[in-house]
Amino acid sequence: MSTRLATGGRLLNKEKAVRFTFNGQQMRGFEGDTLASALLANDQMLVGRSFKYHRPRGIVAAGAEEPNALVNLGVEGKFEPNQRATTTELFEGLLATSQNHWPSLEFDVGVINAKLARFMPAGFYYKMFIHPRPLWKHLYEPFIRQAAGLGQAPKGRDADTYEHFHAFCDVLVIGGGIAGLLAARSAAQAGARVLILEQTAHWGGRAPVDSGGIDGKPVDKTVDELVSELSDMPNVTMRTRTMGAGVYDHGYVLGYERLTDHAPETDGPRHRLWRIRAGHIITATGAIERPLSFAGNDVPGVMLASAVRDYVVNYGVSPGDRTVIVTNNDDAYRTAIALKAAGLDVPVILDARVLPADSPLMAEAKAAGIRVMMGHGVAKVLGGKRVTGVAVCLQAGEGAVREEFACDAVAMSGGWSPVVHLWSHCGGKLLWDNDFAMFRPDVDKAPTGADGAAFVSPAGAANGHFGLTEIVGDAHAMGHAAARATGYEVTPKPAPDATSFEEAPLAPVWLMPQGAGAPLRSKAWLDYQNDVKVSDVQLAAQEGFESVEHAKRYTTLGMATDQGKLSNINGLAILSGALNQPIPQTGTTTFRPPYTPISMGAIAGEARGKVFQPVRRTPMHAWHDENGANWEPVGHWRRPYAYVRSGESVHDAVMRETKNVRENLGLLDASTLGKLIVKGPDAGKFLDLLYTNMMSTLKPGKCRYGLMCSENGFLIDDGVVARIDEETFLCHTTTGGAERIHQHIEEWLQTEWWDMQVYVANVTEQYAQIAVVGPNARKALEALGGMDVSAETLGFMEWADGTLGGFKVRVYRISFSGELSYEIAVKASEGQAFWDALMTVGDALAVMPYGTEALHILRAEKGFIMIGDETDGTVIPQDLGLHWALSKKKDDYLGKRAQERTHMTDPERWRLVGLETVDGSVLPDGAYAMADGANENGQRTMQGRVTSSYHSPNLNRGIAMGLVLHGPERMGEVVAFPGTDGTTYQAKIVSPVFYDPEGEKQNV
Amino acid sequence: MLILTCPYCGVTAEETEFHAGGEAHLKRFGPGSSDEDFETYLFMRENPKGVHFERWRHVYGCGKWFHAARCTTTLEVFGTYSAQVTEPPQEILDTISEKRPGWAWRDLA
Repeated sequence: MSTRLATGGRLLNKEKAVRFTFNGQQMRGFEGDTLASALLANDQMLVGRSFKYHRPRGIVAAGAEEPNALVNLGVEGKFEPNQRATTTELFEGLLATSQNHWPSLEFDVGVINAKLARFMPAGFYYKMFIHPRPLWKHLYEPFIRQAAGLGQAPKGRDADTYEHFHAFCDVLVIGGGIAGLLAARSAAQAGARVLILEQTAHWGGRAPVDSGGIDGKPVDKTVDELVSELSDMPNVTMRTRTMGAGVYDHGYVLGYERLTDHAPETDGPRHRLWRIRAGHIITATGAIERPLSFAGNDVPGVMLASAVRDYVVNYGVSPGDRTVIVTNNDDAYRTAIALKAAGLDVPVILDARVLPADSPLMAEAKAAGIRVMMGHGVAKVLGGKRVTGVAVCLQAGEGAVREEFACDAVAMSGGWSPVVHLWSHCGGKLLWDNDFAMFRPDVDKAPTGADGAAFVSPAGAANGHFGLTEIVGDAHAMGHAAARATGYEVTPKPAPDATSFEEAPLAPVWLMPQGAGAPLRSKAWLDYQNDVKVSDVQLAAQEGFESVEHAKRYTTLGMATDQGKLSNINGLAILSGALNQPIPQTGTTTFRPPYTPISMGAIAGEARGKVFQPVRRTPMHAWHDENGANWEPVGHWRRPYAYVRSGESVHDAVMRETKNVRENLGLLDASTLGKLIVKGPDAGKFLDLLYTNMMSTLKPGKCRYGLMCSENGFLIDDGVVARIDEETFLCHTTTGGAERIHQHIEEWLQTEWWDMQVYVANVTEQYAQIAVVGPNARKALEALGGMDVSAETLGFMEWADGTLGGFKVRVYRISFSGELSYEIAVKASEGQAFWDALMTVGDALAVMPYGTEALHILRAEKGFIMIGDETDGTVIPQDLGLHWALSKKKDDYLGKRAQERTHMTDPERWRLVGLETVDGSVLPDGAYAMADGANENGQRTMQGRVTSSYHSPNLNRGIAMGLVLHGPERMGEVVAFPGTDGTTYQAKIVSPVFYDPEGEKQNV
Repeated sequence: MLILTCPYCGVTAEETEFHAGGEAHLKRFGPGSSDEDFETYLFMRENPKGVHFERWRHVYGCGKWFHAARCTTTLEVFGTYSAQVTEPPQEILDTISEKRPGWAWRDLA
């Protein structure tokens, strides 16, 4: 059984016990433990069930590469699934539960899948559940969803807060191991601003666990000295618990800082996303040990040799009294020596290699009394929920068992792979290194930045160096090079003097034993988290999935939350073997950020709730809110849809408001309408190109309704243009259109007609604008007192500056309702006061504020188009019968050439008409009109569609507008519109102007 | 995420401060042009692997449009320059020739 040792544990504070709960069971660890080390200390070898076969699984690794030990952490607002126990620091009161099992971790019914494993090969889901089709939705998918999935999705709202942080540095060092610290120091000594990130809570990486020394001192002493030296340098920023998550174009890097995961009671944000711009990046990300592929390599108790060493040295945890070592390299001997030193038994080291002579590490292990069997490997692991022993065979053979050893744990090492993820994210290329059987960064093919120069350098083990001497020398030099690359002068100092063991070369072992037959291969796991075995990858190759990217997706190898940190190299070696091609020819799959999963909260940062998308408010927003506004989002604005009185439905309110505008007086907050000033000697000429109408002939004091088209001919915006003076125009845009149209105008001004002397300013928010609409409109303004607003002085489509009720105003006599109407602009700061004044004088005139829906009905009664309803990006002015607004006198305007194309002049284009249901009901918005016959796809032929549809309280019937084939030529014809409710609506084609066709009401 | 320098205000900033505006140096064809010229102007675009000329706008800055000469494979930026020109300035062309001998883009080389 795994247990806590009496001695050892360099990261622990044994003075301070920490209590935590796993699957409801109270357990105890120490400050400094990870959840994984604490679980092992409590003999909790079994920590989860596998994804597909529900096999019992234990802790394999001691770091970010852990595939198995994923747990649910916390409860309610603090609940989070899929947290790696190996990177979760223990804290008082931690609550964890295991995942992917039912009904319990110890007894799981899903394990039946393992018995059926023979029937669930690679691509099983694709092969099995494809036919018959209807069963997918009702049977297969619900079943698979129930059985599959890691962890549970959180149900509550996240109780924590998160933040973003922008940082800039000359040299960013990712990884705070010995290589990272040394590289940071050499860069910083040259004067570079250095930021160094370490994903764990500790500096020094794994060098202190391994043997060797620097400048005659043990490595951990050197680490302490380096950390203290760096912390004293003003140009160095150091962050632990911060992972370099991704490297992006031009030196952009995301860092992921876990601020309070280890101390959840602390105030402040939980995670911080660092958005870093670095001049040069050093990836000192170390290396990850590879598992070996032998039968039963997933039984709890089979661990990476380096992880076993970490648990013994860092956490004082024994994985078991007897640990069998199986390896293809020298490094695992360090584990054997560490176990012996901790007083534990190593029954045998199974070394797959056959070597002419013992290396120093081998000799040391033998001197410690450990039996070494060269040329041997594991035939299979004995035991189910935990290791009970291993059966030993010749590596060169097919798995005939020569001897069995009883043991509690197996420490395996298949060699090391540099962590090349961050190097590769932005295009760094890899080389296959035959000596170490691994991919390493090709330093001549680094990611390049804005200036074309390399901006990433790997250092230390991440650069494929493993001896301490090589690591130290490489990191030291890379730090200097990075400083030089960012413009600092370097006075090179010699690298520190490191000592390390001479190691014998490894022998690549991708399958153990090399001649393993099908029964063994189907129990040899490559990807623990996604349950992919050697036999699955071989089957994929056999079935033709030869590209590594295809084989990955077919088998799901490397697609789990660990992204194949342990499995990728082994998997593609097996694939290469099956395809009988060298490994570099197979290549790797693409490394994508983030390195390990980062929280959604960190990505969102502060942008949640009210600040996710700030709302734009008019000066009268608060008044609307207090007076029953039912809000409608329009662009980033909120506009009142209607002002609902108590006892009234929204529909009732809309009807009341619409009628009142026609009968008495309505007030509309029109402040959201875009207002653009176009000014300059060439303003008129410029507007002639932007609008389809002629604007240069407009007289100061007058208004004109204008249309804007894109260069492709389609209608993009409309609004009233007022000429303020000879050189100044005020262009109104639609509510959502101000920014978009301003940009459109700027684009043409700056990039096509830059010789014109024109300036454009968006003054939308500088004014509050109120539409005073209805038969009593003039009376209301007269009651306010001030300027002359009579028909004689201020005619329809004219504007004037003046005062009303003491307010400085600009009054536009324009109408979007067909009623007598004044749109009055005041300074934004006076908007509310002016609104109040209008409400006061309006009291005797039956005033009511009205919202956007009444506005829509009023304009539809008059047949006025609305951008976004009658237009959808495929509609041209000609479709809407707006020929009168297309100047024939102008040689050119945006869209003119496009509208001459044959498709645009096609008489078969659907054109605008009014639609009146035969029974007075309301047509469904967006409904299509059917015609006879079908198109080439067998779909029913259509002949039109509804673009706007309302109940008109003034006409007391449904009214609609629509685009219909040959529409204007078919007045009086009845067309069928099927609804989505099964009924078919019969509607008569009529003029789109339903109300006051002569326009008498607005022109009084 | 790219870094670009706005040639108007001189600010070097993150891509999120800018907005890409498609291919640069298009010649406008208006009323009276042939269908083919108009189609080419409106729809036909270069899709080079390598040297490219693009329009960008410093949308969260000075608001100005400008041009950028860039490599679409390595994302190297050869330079940015005024939008009020019909072809790239000679010094930009020289820089590209130095860094990408034998390059070609439309009728430039």
